[in-house]
Amino acid sequence: MAKMTMVQALNLALRQEMEKDDSVILLGEDVGVDGGVFRVTDALIDQFGEERVLDTPLAETAIVGMSIGMAVYGLKPVCEIQFSGFSYQNFHQIENHAARLRWRSQGRYHVPMVMRTPYGGGVRALEHHSESREVYWAHTPGLKMVIPSSPRNARALLVSAIRDPDPVIFYEPKAIYRAFREEVPEKEEVIPIGKSQIVREGQDLTMISYGAMMRPTLEAAATLKEKSGVEAEVIDLLTISPLDDELFVQSVLKTGRAVVVHEAPRSFGPAAEIIARLMEKAFFYLEAPIERVTGFDIVMPLFSREKAYLPDAQRILRGARKVLSA
Amino acid sequence: MPRKDINIPDKIEYISILNENGELDKALEPDIPEELLLRLYHTMNLARNFDERLLSLQRQGRIGTFPPISGQEAAHLGAAAVLRPADWFVPAFRETAAEIWRGRSLESVILYNNGFNEGVDIPEDSNDLPISIPVGSQILHAVGLAWAAKYRQTDNVAMAFFGDGATSEGDFHEGLNFASVFQAPVIFVCQNNHWAISLPRSKQTRSKTLAQKALAYNMPGIQVDGNDILAVYAAAREAVDRARSGGGPTLIECVTYRMAVHTTADDPKRYRTAEEVEQWEKRDPITRFQNYLEDKGVLSEDKIAGLEAEVAEEIQSAIDRAEEQMKTLGDPIDMFEHAYAEMPPYLKAQKDAFARELAETGKEGNHG
Repeated sequence: MAKMTMVQALNLALRQEMEKDDSVILLGEDVGVDGGVFRVTDALIDQFGEERVLDTPLAETAIVGMSIGMAVYGLKPVCEIQFSGFSYQNFHQIENHAARLRWRSQGRYHVPMVMRTPYGGGVRALEHHSESREVYWAHTPGLKMVIPSSPRNARALLVSAIRDPDPVIFYEPKAIYRAFREEVPEKEEVIPIGKSQIVREGQDLTMISYGAMMRPTLEAAATLKEKSGVEAEVIDLLTISPLDDELFVQSVLKTGRAVVVHEAPRSFGPAAEIIARLMEKAFFYLEAPIERVTGFDIVMPLFSREKAYLPDAQRILRGARKVLSA
Repeated sequence: MPRKDINIPDKIEYISILNENGELDKALEPDIPEELLLRLYHTMNLARNFDERLLSLQRQGRIGTFPPISGQEAAHLGAAAVLRPADWFVPAFRETAAEIWRGRSLESVILYNNGFNEGVDIPEDSNDLPISIPVGSQILHAVGLAWAAKYRQTDNVAMAFFGDGATSEGDFHEGLNFASVFQAPVIFVCQNNHWAISLPRSKQTRSKTLAQKALAYNMPGIQVDGNDILAVYAAAREAVDRARSGGGPTLIECVTYRMAVHTTADDPKRYRTAEEVEQWEKRDPITRFQNYLEDKGVLSEDKIAGLEAEVAEEIQSAIDRAEEQMKTLGDPIDMFEHAYAEMPPYLKAQKDAFARELAETGKEGNHG
């Protein structure tokens, strides 16, 4: 097994799916000759040619709209929106068409496309390059919304997303694109969409997170053990929608305490839905109010303040201690 | 350095084959078999009469809001008639004559306009998209479909329909640009009916024609008398043949007029004059075509009378069938259909809870 960054692992997933299936087509801005601004599609144009790796004109709406047409035809387009901050320009194509053509055509057509896009803070980027707006997509019926947290699960989830018969919004945590390496098997590996994973077992507290926030969450869990002997169970959602509530509900039935962590703004964020599910399914087992550690309800600041904005291990630890002491 | 001219193509052609008086430009007359001419005439009449009948059903409260097509039959049917079933037909929402031509049943139109999504009836053998309401957004799907047809090495094409208002949308410009860059076999058919609800064509854009917008994307653009089905057919034939043989996209502007309301929720008296509408009554696409067919000896008074009876019968039996079907439809639980390929657990839970609610309250949906 080779040790890979998330960028390399995503590239592997794309390459192998394209080798297997000539209906997989890549398109987007700078994805061909340049290999994508983050190099996720590096060298794929050399192997598969301009016919399957399309350097498109600069128009997010058309990239997504054209992908929808390709998908209705029966191809499996994987389009890249260079930064999630530019995907609002194509929002109507996803909301009005990709998400509902199956319904609107009474099952005659479906839209097996993937919209890949890097999201989130932590890379000292310009304005519009650091937001975390997964709820927009998770709120839209007909879509699936996936966020990996490591090279290995990124590869396995992207393979599932490409093969999924429904449209998948695939958010890539750019803060950890190259932050660490992980063994990624050459042999095919898939993680089903809609399934979360326990990444650390424990019985005292449930910590729920995803994407780039998994690392500080795990760091906080390790500190809890080291400093206080608390065993936190940590759950990586992997899929935001459809939300796998079974795993975290089971965990909270056991621990009675929960903290939810995301970098997206607090109000109406994913934590709100997760906590609502816990209220519905685990209320009588709760020992303490559930805490959420999130971004603030403000415009993401420019990068001199982004570290202060983003939840880190220390802030997560404060949230966890509050839950533990209640 | 002195300023100098950059030469770009700057000519837009206009074609009209049958003028308002039904006079024919023999040199431009397309070679259309008699059987096809009669089918076109039949469909135009069927669509017109159906449109008028829908309007009265709506006024009686028997169906909901819908967008009438009267006056625009030639503009969209003439273009769609050139397509093969395997070509991709990508409508907006004012192409009912073309939808009927492609095989959509009249009763499905009634069902849809009465709020049943079961009214979506895509003919089995035709590659048709369902109607698309967000203005101009479907144009890009046609580009993707056309690109895919080319990638799969077929000679099928895609044809997208939209109105004059859509040419102000970004999706229109992005669609034309992508189609041209990728040389996708797609035909863009703009039904310029002069009104985007209350906004006249003159305020939609300062461009002299809509067809000329093709020039910016280096593709052929042509303006056609949209109330002359021969001209629309001829222009579409040329564009489709070019696309099939690898010549890329074309923009066709069909100049026509929306004789009725935008939708049944609209009151055109607020923004346009009766005189203007009268001017366009003289240019009616069906009368003109009928005169041509009579002159050609294809159509006689007897035939017309027989056809009128046939059309009336088709419409009445469709209404009867639709009303029968509506009695069996409307189980509210069916609204959960076609959400995903496989229903996710949380949605299954919602559906089950709703089924219990229905059982406990005895609620039967809108018609209960």
